[in-house]
Amino acid sequence: MYLDHAATTPMRIEALAAMVEELSRVGNPSSLHASGRGARRVVEESRELIAAALGVPAGDVLFTSGGTEADNLAVKGVYRARRGQDPRRTRVLATAIEHHAVLDPVGWLGDSEGADVRWLPVDGLGRLDVISLESELAQAPDEVALVSVMWANNEVGTIQPIAEVAALCDRYGVPLHTDAVQAVGQIPVDASIVDSLALSGHKVGGPHGVGALIARRGLDIAPLMHGGGQERDVRSGTLDAPAIVGLASAIASSMADMDVRTRRVAELRDQLVSGVMTSIEGVTRNGDPLRALPGIAHLSFDGCEGDALLLLLDAAGIECSRGSACSAGVPQPSHVLLAMGVEPLAARSALRFSLGHSSAAYEVASLLEKLPAVVARARRAGVPR
Amino acid sequence: MRVVAALSGGVDSAVAASRAVEAGHDVVGIHLALARSPQSHRTGARGCCTLEDARDARRVADILDIPFYVWDLSEQFAESVIDDFVAEYAAGNTPNPCLRCNEKIKFTAVLDRALALGFDAVSTGHYARIVDAANGRELHRAVDPDKDQSYVLGVLDESQLAGAMFPLGDSLKSEVRAEAALRGLLVAEKPDSHDICFIPDGDTGAWLRDRLGDAPGDIVDVESGAALGHHDGAFAFTVGQRRGLGLGRPAADGARRYVVGVDIASSTVLVGPPVLLDVDLIHADRPRWCGRVPGGIVEGTVQIRAHGDPVDAVVQINDADVVASLRSTVRGVAPGQALVIYDGTRVVGSATITRSTRTRAHVPVSATGPESN
Repeated sequence: MYLDHAATTPMRIEALAAMVEELSRVGNPSSLHASGRGARRVVEESRELIAAALGVPAGDVLFTSGGTEADNLAVKGVYRARRGQDPRRTRVLATAIEHHAVLDPVGWLGDSEGADVRWLPVDGLGRLDVISLESELAQAPDEVALVSVMWANNEVGTIQPIAEVAALCDRYGVPLHTDAVQAVGQIPVDASIVDSLALSGHKVGGPHGVGALIARRGLDIAPLMHGGGQERDVRSGTLDAPAIVGLASAIASSMADMDVRTRRVAELRDQLVSGVMTSIEGVTRNGDPLRALPGIAHLSFDGCEGDALLLLLDAAGIECSRGSACSAGVPQPSHVLLAMGVEPLAARSALRFSLGHSSAAYEVASLLEKLPAVVARARRAGVPR
Repeated sequence: MRVVAALSGGVDSAVAASRAVEAGHDVVGIHLALARSPQSHRTGARGCCTLEDARDARRVADILDIPFYVWDLSEQFAESVIDDFVAEYAAGNTPNPCLRCNEKIKFTAVLDRALALGFDAVSTGHYARIVDAANGRELHRAVDPDKDQSYVLGVLDESQLAGAMFPLGDSLKSEVRAEAALRGLLVAEKPDSHDICFIPDGDTGAWLRDRLGDAPGDIVDVESGAALGHHDGAFAFTVGQRRGLGLGRPAADGARRYVVGVDIASSTVLVGPPVLLDVDLIHADRPRWCGRVPGGIVEGTVQIRAHGDPVDAVVQINDADVVASLRSTVRGVAPGQALVIYDGTRVVGSATITRSTRTRAHVPVSATGPESN
């Protein structure tokens, strides 16, 4: 039972077919001969598909190796370019619940490049406190290099008030980056309202190892990787035509079936949540139930240790996750839950179940059948201090 | 059985886990995160808990095709092992943290958690044998005398033994390495770990001074009472120690001087000739029995350090009071060390040494330095 679609989701059949077909062809998109032109055409048509799906001009789409690179490119690239133009611009405003792909480069700018980092608080539902953003912006807009607010949170699924944020940033003339890795393909995303947007292939049913930064023309970005200058001189490296065509196909097809698919996924998710809530006591749902991604159910189980639940569920054939990164393999309480005001002990008792395009009712039923005994067992094992 | 296999990232635990899998058990690999801030790279001496070790452990689990988790026991380890280690040294004792870790972490924290989660046993790569005898489960020495680790397991009681699995006890280390290579376990060539895992550079004295501060005092000749030198903290000295005393002058008789006593209260380190280190009567308390509790007197052997030689002894047991009368002397017995009692190859139990004396005429034996494992 695969209930970890927010970590990665199976490739969509359309994307797989398109990618496999392209894999059998030769051609560097930068070459001028016929093979190169063929590859170039595939890449550019993919760029146009993605641009159309997200409401931006094709030239705004920069292909990267994935979501993390896109986030790094935006955060560090925009900071460096803007600070280079005006040394007063040292401030970076970002929410406290960003994915590590934003959190860590922002922290790194603070530690290594003198950035004045301000973490923006969220409420108990995981939603950005827009007033705190406005007061930071109003204080000294000339000193802000960049604002970064994710479109939707990867752990608890809370959708951020991105239109409000975009309007504020626009008013103060400060560029806004958004990490939309979890949002694209799940909810309507209009990339034209932000200055830059990161997306990832494997979260939308495309291949791993490819993503894109949607960056408004006119937004100056200092490159991270120097080389052939393939992507607007902002990003270098031979373009991966098969991965790119797979990405475009996944995005285009997930736009086409979004309404039907996400309604079905949200119904399954609601069945999961209400089923768990009625069969097990001491369960709390984290996040904003009214403004949530369709596939994410993030639940805390009183008196349990999340890792114990994971181990027992894994043994029962159910795959889910803690929802937070653990680089050394040592689980840390989620920074997202802590920012939402959840106590560290409760934060360690949380699991994320995430559904996607291939999820089926029997998977939820199987979880609901097995979870009560697993939770009871984990409660007997208790919570190590 | 459902088995938790502790995977350190080293060759022994890898082969132990693979044997548990081979035996048909339902095995889950667990790496214990014991350090609060794991180092990203190994320093000169190899310690536990580096990120590289965690990665090696994960790779082993991948090869064995078993689930793998990291259990963060750093809090319990700091409390039960490191704090205890510091407190014992501060009190002038010489503890062995490996015994403490086996007792409190691997076969209490890990075993309890494993049992609570529905597992039946914890498997480790220790070299020791478990024998299910007619009158209960017994812990025995490993067949490889060079690798035998029964000493550091001498603290396990009956219920802990009931949940323990040591798949390597019947093998030689060379066989284990060969088996690791055969099974494609990439850790086959990794060196053994020897140092105290939480003191990566191996400098226990400096590590203790960082935590206990300086407590300067005199180094005193136990026979003449003369102050021969100074030290920064008596806690950093261990009975039997010869190096690092910093005494310029040789003794009157030209013989080397050893630490023969540590008095924390007066911050005094007592030194004297090695003959004073040879003892044949050892008092110990806080016993722990591996299986059935022995009655009155045990005639067998005792061992006072991890790779020390067993010495024939008669051990009197009177509740918590253990007195071992040795047939020959042993050198350098420090309070705090574990006295492990054997009946043949069977581990009877262990107790913590409180003091030692000599009752008979001196018979020279070769000195060995304190070790850990």
